[in-house]
Amino acid sequence: MSTGDKQDFFDKPENIQRILRTFYAICALLVLADFVVHRHTEHGWEGLPGFYPLYGFAGCVILVIIAKWMRKFLMRPEDYYDRLELGGDAPSGVNVSTGAGSRSPEEGMRGGQEHV
Amino acid sequence: MAPFIPFFVAALLAMVLRGWPRALVMIAVPLLGLANLWMLGAGSFGAYSVLEFDLLLFRADKLSLLFGYLFHVAALIAIIYALHVRDTLQQVVSLLYAGSALGAVFAGDLLTLFIFWELLAVTSVFLVWARRNGRAYMAGLRYFTLHILSGLLLLGGIIFYGQAHSTLSFGQIGLGDNAYSWMIFLAFGIKCAFPFFHNWLTDAYPESTPTGTVFLSAFTTKAAVYALARAYPGTELLVYIGATMACFPIFYAVIENDLRRVLAYSLINQLGFMVVGIGIGTSLAINGAVAHAFNDVIFKGLLFMSMGAVLHVTGRINGSELGGLYKTMPKTTILCIVGAASISAFPLFSGFVSKSMVMSAAIKNGYDWVWLILLFASAGVFHHAGIKIPYFAFFAHDSGIRAQEPPANMLVAMTIAAALCLAIGIYPQALYSLLPHEMAYTPYDVTHVLTQLQLLFFSALAFVWLNLRRLYPPELPSVNLDVEWLYRRLFPQAVRGFVTAVFRLDGRARRAAIAGVGSLMDSVASHHKPDGVLARSWLTGSMVAGVILLLGVYLLLGFAL
Repeated sequence: MSTGDKQDFFDKPENIQRILRTFYAICALLVLADFVVHRHTEHGWEGLPGFYPLYGFAGCVILVIIAKWMRKFLMRPEDYYDRLELGGDAPSGVNVSTGAGSRSPEEGMRGGQEHV
Repeated sequence: MAPFIPFFVAALLAMVLRGWPRALVMIAVPLLGLANLWMLGAGSFGAYSVLEFDLLLFRADKLSLLFGYLFHVAALIAIIYALHVRDTLQQVVSLLYAGSALGAVFAGDLLTLFIFWELLAVTSVFLVWARRNGRAYMAGLRYFTLHILSGLLLLGGIIFYGQAHSTLSFGQIGLGDNAYSWMIFLAFGIKCAFPFFHNWLTDAYPESTPTGTVFLSAFTTKAAVYALARAYPGTELLVYIGATMACFPIFYAVIENDLRRVLAYSLINQLGFMVVGIGIGTSLAINGAVAHAFNDVIFKGLLFMSMGAVLHVTGRINGSELGGLYKTMPKTTILCIVGAASISAFPLFSGFVSKSMVMSAAIKNGYDWVWLILLFASAGVFHHAGIKIPYFAFFAHDSGIRAQEPPANMLVAMTIAAALCLAIGIYPQALYSLLPHEMAYTPYDVTHVLTQLQLLFFSALAFVWLNLRRLYPPELPSVNLDVEWLYRRLFPQAVRGFVTAVFRLDGRARRAAIAGVGSLMDSVASHHKPDGVLARSWLTGSMVAGVILLLGVYLLLGFAL
C-alpha cells in the first residue's frame, strides 16, 4: 500500500458505501435465515425469531448510551492523578492534558526501550 | 526437570550474554521446556519436607499440563516479540516471570505455590518499572502492594489450613465456615482481578513497556484462573463474581482513550467468562473455562502486541491521537483484526470454540440471567475490543501519522499468534484433546454459528448506526474514575487533610502557649519596669504612715479580743 498521501481504498466515499451496502445485505440475510433454518433452543425467549439480532443491536446501543452517561460523572482531566502523585511536573513519556499532537512521534518516547 | 528450572537458568545466562547468543538462549528455552514437559507428562516428583510438612515441587495432571503448555507457547511468542529490546533488566525478569508462572501451576502443595505466587509479583513488577517514568513507577508500587497483599492472605490461609488438615497438598478447598478458605479465595481473587480488586490490572499493564505488557497479560491472571479451577470448582459465588467481571468493564472500555487500557478492561471481561465457568463447575464448564484461558492468552497477547507495535513505532497509544495507520501498517492492521475477530468469537476463530462452551454450560445449568449477561458481554466485547481497537487505531479519521511497520521480530511473533488463533478456531479438536475432562462437544453446528453471527453482525450494525448518527462517544483525552479513586485520591487526600489538620491544631496550640508565656512575662515586667509598682522608690513618710496603720490594726485587735 502507499506511503504518501494519495487516495487509499478507505478514503473514497463510494468504497465505504459499497462496503456498508454489502454489510446491510448480510445483516438482512442473517435475520431471514432465522425463519428458514430450524434452530434447536434451550430456552423460551432464545427461540423467538430475531432474538439474537435484536439483543445484539439493542445491547450495544444501550451499552454505548450508558457509557456516555457514565462520562458525566466519571470523566476527569488526563492529569487528574498525576498532579497529586507526580507533583505536577510531567516526566518524559507522560502525556499531560493537551500536549497531544504537537509532539513529534520520534521524541524519545519509545516506552523505555532505549535503556541498555 | 521441573519446568521452571530451564527458565531460571536462562535468566542467569541472559544476564551475562549479549547480542545473538542471548537471543538464541531465550528462543531455545521455551522450545526445550516444551519438549521437557511433553516427556514428563502426568506424574509427580521433587518431594521435600519442611517443618514436618511433605511438599511437592512438581505435580502434573491434565489441568496443570494444559496451563504448562500454554505458558510455554505464550513465553515463546512474547520472547520473539521482545527480541529487539536492548534492556537486560526486561529480558532477565521476563524469563524469571515466565518460570515463576510455571512453578506455580505445577506446585503440588500450597507452600510451594506461595513461593512462586510471590515470585510472580516480585518479578513482574520490574516489567512495569522498566518503562522508567514517574507514572510507571507509581503504578508499579500500587501493583506490587496489592500483589503482596494477595501473597500475605495466601500465607495466612495456608497457616490456618495446615493447622486444620495437617497436610498442605494443593487440591480442592471450597468455601466453608472457616477463615482459611476465604483467605485463600481472596488471595486468588486479587490476582484474578475480582471486582474492587481489579484496578491493579488496568492501572499497571498499560504503563508497562510495549513488550512488557505482552508478558504481563499472559501469566499472572491465568495462574490465578488455574488456582481457582484447582481449589474452588463449582463454587456458586464465582458464577456471580464472574458475571460481574464480564459485564462492568465493557462500559469502561467504551469510554477509555488509552487503547492498551481498553484491552486491560477487556482482559477482565474475558476473565469473567472463565470465572463463571469455574463457578458452574460441570465438566463442560471447567473445560470451557480453561480452554478460554488458553485462547485468551493468545488472542489477547496478539491484541496487546499489535497495540504495542503501534506504541513502539508512533510513540502514541491514545485513540484520540491515532487513526489511519492502515495505510502504512497494513500487516499490523490485518494481524490486529485477526486478534479482534478471535476475541469477538467469530466462527473459525479461537474465541468461538471456547466461549460457547461456557455459555452452553450456563444455560444448561439454569443460570438464565447469567447467560443473558454473558450474551450481552459477548456483544460488548465485539463492540469495544473487536471494533473499537482496530477502528480507532488503524481507520477512523486520518491522524496524519505515517509510521512504518514494526521490526520483523514483532511481526513474526504476531503472525505466530494469529496462526494459532485460526488453527484452534478451525481445528478445535487439538485443543479439546488437552482439556482436563473427557467430553463430546461440537462447537460448529448451524444454531451456534447462525446465532453467533447474528449477534455479532447486529452489534456491528449498532456501531455503524451510532457512528453515522454521530451518537458514538468520541475518543477524549481523559481519566475515568474507578475503584482506584479510593486509594489514589480519597485516601491520600484524607490522610493529607488529617495531617494538615493535626499540624494546624498543633500550630494553634503552640501559638497560644507562646502568647500565654508572653503575656505572663509582660505582666511580670509591668510591675518591675521603671515606674512599675515594685520598682518605684517610695517616700519615707508613706512608710511611716503604713507602720502607724499596722500598729493601729494591732491595737484594735487587742481591744477586740
